[in-house]
Amino acid sequence: MTQTTPPPADPPAADSTGTRILVELENVNKHFGSFQALTDINLTIPERQVAIVLGPSGSGKSTLCRTINRLETIDPGGTIRIDGKPLPDEGKALARLRADVGMVFQSFNLFAHKSILENVTLGPIKVKGVKKAQAEKDAMGLLERVGVAQQARKMPAQLSGGQQQRVAIARALAMKPKVLLFDEPTSALDPEMVQEVLDVMVQLAREGMTMVVVTHEMGFARKAGDRVLFMDEGKVLEDTDPESFFTRPQHPRAKDFLGKILTH
Amino acid sequence: MNGFLELFAEYDIIGAFWMNIRLTILAAIGSFALGTVLAVFRISPVGSLRAIGTSYVNVVRNTPLTIIMVLGVLAVWGQLKITFSSDFELNFFVYAVIALSIYHAAFVCEAIRSGVNTVPQGQAEAARAIGLSFLPAARVVVLPQALRGAITPLGNTLIALTKNTTVAAAASVAEASGLMKTMIEFNPNLMVSIFLTIAIGFCIIVIPMGLLTTWLSDKLAVAR
Repeated sequence: MTQTTPPPADPPAADSTGTRILVELENVNKHFGSFQALTDINLTIPERQVAIVLGPSGSGKSTLCRTINRLETIDPGGTIRIDGKPLPDEGKALARLRADVGMVFQSFNLFAHKSILENVTLGPIKVKGVKKAQAEKDAMGLLERVGVAQQARKMPAQLSGGQQQRVAIARALAMKPKVLLFDEPTSALDPEMVQEVLDVMVQLAREGMTMVVVTHEMGFARKAGDRVLFMDEGKVLEDTDPESFFTRPQHPRAKDFLGKILTH
Repeated sequence: MNGFLELFAEYDIIGAFWMNIRLTILAAIGSFALGTVLAVFRISPVGSLRAIGTSYVNVVRNTPLTIIMVLGVLAVWGQLKITFSSDFELNFFVYAVIALSIYHAAFVCEAIRSGVNTVPQGQAEAARAIGLSFLPAARVVVLPQALRGAITPLGNTLIALTKNTTVAAAASVAEASGLMKTMIEFNPNLMVSIFLTIAIGFCIIVIPMGLLTTWLSDKLAVAR
């Protein structure tokens, strides 16, 4: 039997070293009315990278995160590509591509009228057409992995914030995304619950998940991050590895920012 | 009370109320279906659908029900000769149900839209983030929560609908208020008793609706 490898229909983007590029932002600008939230963002995130986005509030870091799955539109002229494919404008094609980009929100946003298990199975059943029994089996595995399997039959409001956020991570993972976006995932949590969520995220990073994480958790950034993007006033001012960023920040605003958060 | 009890033998009061109840049930179903579609229009990302929804609500909500009812009977039936049934009574019954549905759909739409406002934006965003497009996100995530938040205003609309079924008299439907008019005409000495009988009849139908609404809105509230 002869074995022929069909040529890939849509060859994935790769950088010069041959690493697959999963997220690519080109000339991304975003205005809210006359306020410019993002200015000329050019960025590529390769497979398996954990990119930490830091910056003061109002710096555009959440907006950046939200543009990657088009929860925020961008100004005309810019392009965002996921695994080499440009984000479509609207409709079914956009929905399909969004399924490849998981999102974890600051306020969890679990579906309030669905049980924990249903929250995790909804996407696979409704979007991917997975059979209910199979979806539930997979969901239980994911809930086990994030440590909330015992709560599967409860409603979101019955869980603590930390547990809800771990369910939200499981819900995103259920879609088997190529990239996971975290928009300040621990900012709405009581201090004692931050760690349990970060532990899950560190574990995911170790397993090679490609992640974009907007956070104020400097410990996590150093421990799990491969790269730090420091933003202010809608621009990426520093783009370096965590060690360099925390020990030798270059930009005056980055120095100022670190001075304020590391001395208290 | 001379002759009062004889009224119940002479006139089919229960039957007349049964007509109001049938009008209520059918128009509730019709207006709920149409109102839900309109509410989806009004929250949709498509501008032209939103415009249709908004125009419908503003035109219909501001038109007196009697005018819609009379317009149906005089213009659509009288001039355009559109008939739904060769049976005279059934034909006007259908007209009344349609007029009531069209009118109350505007209020149902607004009640549901107020319910949609009780659903945090994040719920829709989370639905979109897992890859649901607008209609599935609305059907599976937003509307089920919106309806629970809209039970009280929907209940108010149902109560208003029940009482508005009396306007069907304008389309010659034999319902309770029409019967009241006839009874008073032939028994003017019993006017107060007749009036109270009909009023109490409506209370018996409407009060449980209010109680049920309150009970349901507590029972189905979405815990956040």
